Amino acid sequence: MDFISILSIFVLACFVGYYVVWSVTPALHTPLMAVTNAISSVIIVGALIAAAAASVPAAKWIGLVAVALASVNIFGGFAVTARMLAMYKKKEKKG
Amino acid sequence: MEHSAATPAWAAIAYLIAGVCFILALRGLSSPESSRAGNRYGMIGMLVAVVTTLVTHPPVSLVESATGTISQVFNTTDALLIVAAIVIGAVVGLTIARRIAMTQMPQLVAAFHSLVGMAAVLVALAAWLNPGGFGLLDATGQIFLVSRIEMALGAAIGAITFSGSVIAFAKLNGNMSGAPILLPARHVINFGILGAILVLIAAYVLSGAGGPGEGTLIPIIVVLSFIIGFLLIIPIGGADMPVVVSMLNSYSGWAAAAMGFTLSNSAMIITGALVGSSGAILSYIMCAAMNRSFISVIAGGFGQDASAAAGGPAIDRPYKAGSADDAAFLLKNAEKVIIVPGYGMAVAQAQHVLREMGDLLEEQGVDVRYAIHPVAGRMPGHMNVLLAEANVSYDKVFELEDINSDFGQADVAFVIGANDVTNPAAKTDKTSAIYGMPILDVENAKTTLFIKRSMGGAGYAGVENELFFRDNTMMLLSDAKKMVEEIVKAL
Repeated sequence: MDFISILSIFVLACFVGYYVVWSVTPALHTPLMAVTNAISSVIIVGALIAAAAASVPAAKWIGLVAVALASVNIFGGFAVTARMLAMYKKKEKKG
Repeated sequence: MEHSAATPAWAAIAYLIAGVCFILALRGLSSPESSRAGNRYGMIGMLVAVVTTLVTHPPVSLVESATGTISQVFNTTDALLIVAAIVIGAVVGLTIARRIAMTQMPQLVAAFHSLVGMAAVLVALAAWLNPGGFGLLDATGQIFLVSRIEMALGAAIGAITFSGSVIAFAKLNGNMSGAPILLPARHVINFGILGAILVLIAAYVLSGAGGPGEGTLIPIIVVLSFIIGFLLIIPIGGADMPVVVSMLNSYSGWAAAAMGFTLSNSAMIITGALVGSSGAILSYIMCAAMNRSFISVIAGGFGQDASAAAGGPAIDRPYKAGSADDAAFLLKNAEKVIIVPGYGMAVAQAQHVLREMGDLLEEQGVDVRYAIHPVAGRMPGHMNVLLAEANVSYDKVFELEDINSDFGQADVAFVIGANDVTNPAAKTDKTSAIYGMPILDVENAKTTLFIKRSMGGAGYAGVENELFFRDNTMMLLSDAKKMVEEIVKAL
């Protein structure tokens, strides 16, 4: 993809982000932070490429460390979000 | 500039699908019912992105055959190392996620931000050392100009996110005092370093050192960014942490976006833009809820004069102190009770016993609701999570603008561990540090009960709360948890 296409995606995604985030209910702002944290670990894509690429050992090891860090975040972030969201319950009215 | 021509069409589409899944993950958070499905979309998106990358970029090593042609061979050792790295991360992440107490969420989120920041720095460094592996080299063996900008920016933002989040973590976790640390001439130092980073990025981009790992500018940029991240957060005080945590959330998004540009990866760019806007909007909401400009929060130093301001003559004024029995009597005989939780409730871990109190009152026919100020606690939505943890039904929990007009009809406003967000000085006293901040109008309730440790020490902003001395206010001076437990017993 050329730079202009990439830039277009970025600008449009910023607008999508703007409207989507305003629609998030304030009660869920903490889970919002946790889940955005988890998804920003999509940076693991770059880390995996670095770890898999041949010929520069230093870059490979750096990549592996980045894979581990990002993976802490992915698993931890989604798990803690799931844990929080499971707590938001509407209670049945007692008799 | 076709620098990722190697990405097959199916992979590009897969990354796009991952990006859409992430949008749906955030969209789901518009209501608690849809949020759990949203979180699953997020996981699916991540799985798609990771699997796509593993398939399109399998670990290889270069082997020269007898005829002299170089071919790529699958490298099993490296594949196992990658799997090991993922498994280690998964074990650590899941363990933390399972063990963490809900009151510690702000620290956890700050810690997670630091990991994203560090990962961005490492990916940028790896791309710098091995641009060929990322498809960033042009025909002459130089890194593309655009890639150099993106890489340098990604490394800088990532490094700021990392060190800033580490400081935020230390402050939230109590490893470091929450009080602002003010260096002399800090604005000059900060602008100097920020300027230097920008100049060095420009120098790197325009320099001839465009080869793999060439020059020393990238490491210097990273080190300076670590320093500025540290310096930017140390002057910011504990109660401004909701803004800081949101801001770092935003930075971690922009760092991911910058690396997405480097790799021409749509999943990373969409995610970066989403997370970046999300953090920016949350920072804005938090600032608006304190009636402070973003700049003044970032400049730091808020609340520094707390001790001086609190030492005023107000200390000896008469106030009405009550016991748990008095409070229980008032609550029992009320028709409508609004509970206002604040950071003090989180510190005392009083949410469970508070819910117990609410249940008991409801059994006696009292209408119990909860009112939450946007900046209550140490991160956006902190109180909501704690109440949800304690099993409070979320349809009983209201935001400031939805419940504020109801205080007039409430018999009792029960304030537990909150102070500044109820202080009428925000409306009346133009000289007050919190003037203009939207507050919860607990003063309009027939009776206001304040649970507070002691009368000494004003709120975080260093402003004495006029309400404490009113006739219809009763102070319950004790540890929040102990006091509520006693009220429960008395009920």
